[in-house]
Amino acid sequence: MSVDKKTVAKIADLARIAVKEDELAPMAGELNNILDWIAQLSEVNTDDVAPMTSVVEVDLPWRDDKVTDGGYRDDILANAPAARHGFFTVPKVIE
Amino acid sequence: MADYIHGATGEWEVVIGLEIHAQVTSEAKLFSGASTTFGAEPNSQVSFVCCAMPGMLPVINAECIRQAVRTGLAIGCKINLRSVFDRKNYFYADLPQGYQISQFKDPIVGEGTVVIDLPDGQTKIIGVERLHLEQDAGKSMHDQHPSQTYVDLNRSGVALMEIVSMPDMRSAAEAGAYFRKIRTLVRYVGTCDGNMEQGSMRADVNVSVRRPGAELGTRTETKNINSIRYMMQVIDYEARRQVDILEQGGQIHQETRQFDPATGTTSGLRSKEEAHDYRYFPDPDLLPLEFTQAFVDDLAKTLPELPDDKKNRLIADLGLSEYNAGVLVAEKENADYFEELLELLVKKTGKTPTELATQAANWVIMDLFGALKKFSKSISDSPVSTVDGAELLALQIGGTISGRIAKDVFEIMLESGKNPEQIVEEKGLKQMSDSGELEAIIDAVLADHPDKVEQYRAGKDKLFGFFVGQVMKKTRGQANPQMVNQLLRPRLDG
Repeated sequence: MSVDKKTVAKIADLARIAVKEDELAPMAGELNNILDWIAQLSEVNTDDVAPMTSVVEVDLPWRDDKVTDGGYRDDILANAPAARHGFFTVPKVIE
Repeated sequence: MADYIHGATGEWEVVIGLEIHAQVTSEAKLFSGASTTFGAEPNSQVSFVCCAMPGMLPVINAECIRQAVRTGLAIGCKINLRSVFDRKNYFYADLPQGYQISQFKDPIVGEGTVVIDLPDGQTKIIGVERLHLEQDAGKSMHDQHPSQTYVDLNRSGVALMEIVSMPDMRSAAEAGAYFRKIRTLVRYVGTCDGNMEQGSMRADVNVSVRRPGAELGTRTETKNINSIRYMMQVIDYEARRQVDILEQGGQIHQETRQFDPATGTTSGLRSKEEAHDYRYFPDPDLLPLEFTQAFVDDLAKTLPELPDDKKNRLIADLGLSEYNAGVLVAEKENADYFEELLELLVKKTGKTPTELATQAANWVIMDLFGALKKFSKSISDSPVSTVDGAELLALQIGGTISGRIAKDVFEIMLESGKNPEQIVEEKGLKQMSDSGELEAIIDAVLADHPDKVEQYRAGKDKLFGFFVGQVMKKTRGQANPQMVNQLLRPRLDG
């Protein structure tokens, strides 16, 4: 698997990361190096091996259905770039 | 029900699939301990998990798991003992994580079917492809400020069940019936309140058209429809629009559309093609969700009688009509009211449930529902209790009051809240069943109308009703109509 400039530009756009035009080709090279390295793993036969989801034997922890959190709006909004009347405010996102 | 669209070039079949988003009934959110209560102050029910502060980790709410399994069982679906949470990646101002935790490849609930009742009395089986758990997003308000969007994250992280149908529906009526059926089911098992005004249930509507029996056409998806009426408008509008395009030689583009309730039309959302590239991958913060068949079996034991079973029982055991049974089971509260009323009525009258059921059902559906509609009330805040309702019917069945008087008493009950016996007593509405008294009144009526008596005896027997009416008028409706008939006939004929 390998990526080209166009793919890098698309991934960058989806991730909302600004990548300059002259950075696209070098970035494609770097990503391809990583992909090649990862691709080595597929040389190992894993046909009858279940995907490992954790390195330790644990189950997903479940929580009781109780209200134990929330109710601190000021803290929630404290780092917001903009807030008004208890809402986060952002530049209008509808045409 | 072949509801084909008649185009200029022939017939078209509309194919509909629904994705229903139903908010899980729970105290706390899917992955955090913040409250789910509707209508709270903005951002007052937000934890650091809900607003995606760095380092916060999701911990799943056990009740949301149970609710999803209960719903799956109610729809008759396969329950998957192992499922996986994935990240669905996209950017929007009301999605602080930058991804929605959802289930993509391995949902908690797999395939099943529901039976829907159609307006013409037919039934149809609609396939359900899957049900999965996912997080709701926050709420954006675009109309509060000229240049700003306001964001409230109270809903962010609330558990949703997305119930995906097969593309099995062929008309707006079928889609409406399917949605209603799913709503009835989730309300029966208490897993979603079904409140559409508050957005607890909404649908994404997938519509395509094709020549009858041909391959599926390209579909459009109209998002976030929160009323059954709107959903049906979307389907009719989209089907017509697509047929027009195809008949003019155009092509349908797979796209997301929005509905405008003011005009009843849909329009394309301006969106880049890659906006649908969600890059799902398993959420590394969450291990697979696993439980045992015993866990599922225990939940199955807690389910109430489901609407289809209840309907069949009302028809088979009580002799109710298909229609009456269908109306009563549509809401669990209605069926509960009816069954409680019937039980009380059986105790009061000593008759069997089968003897009383149809009359009781008719009263609930015609009289009570009519009144509730008039006063915009629901059965849970009915002004007439099952005890008073049963008493009213018992008075009528026992012959104390006539059917006509029963209707008057019911009106007074609605206005005053008094119990029927009291009303009958106070207003002196007891039915006249004393034959001596009635005979005297009948004789007086006949004496008042010698001409009519003559006409009747000359063969104009339609006048019988006139005499009954006169007797009823003289007794202010209190005469026992059966007795009047019995006593009047021999006197007129004699």
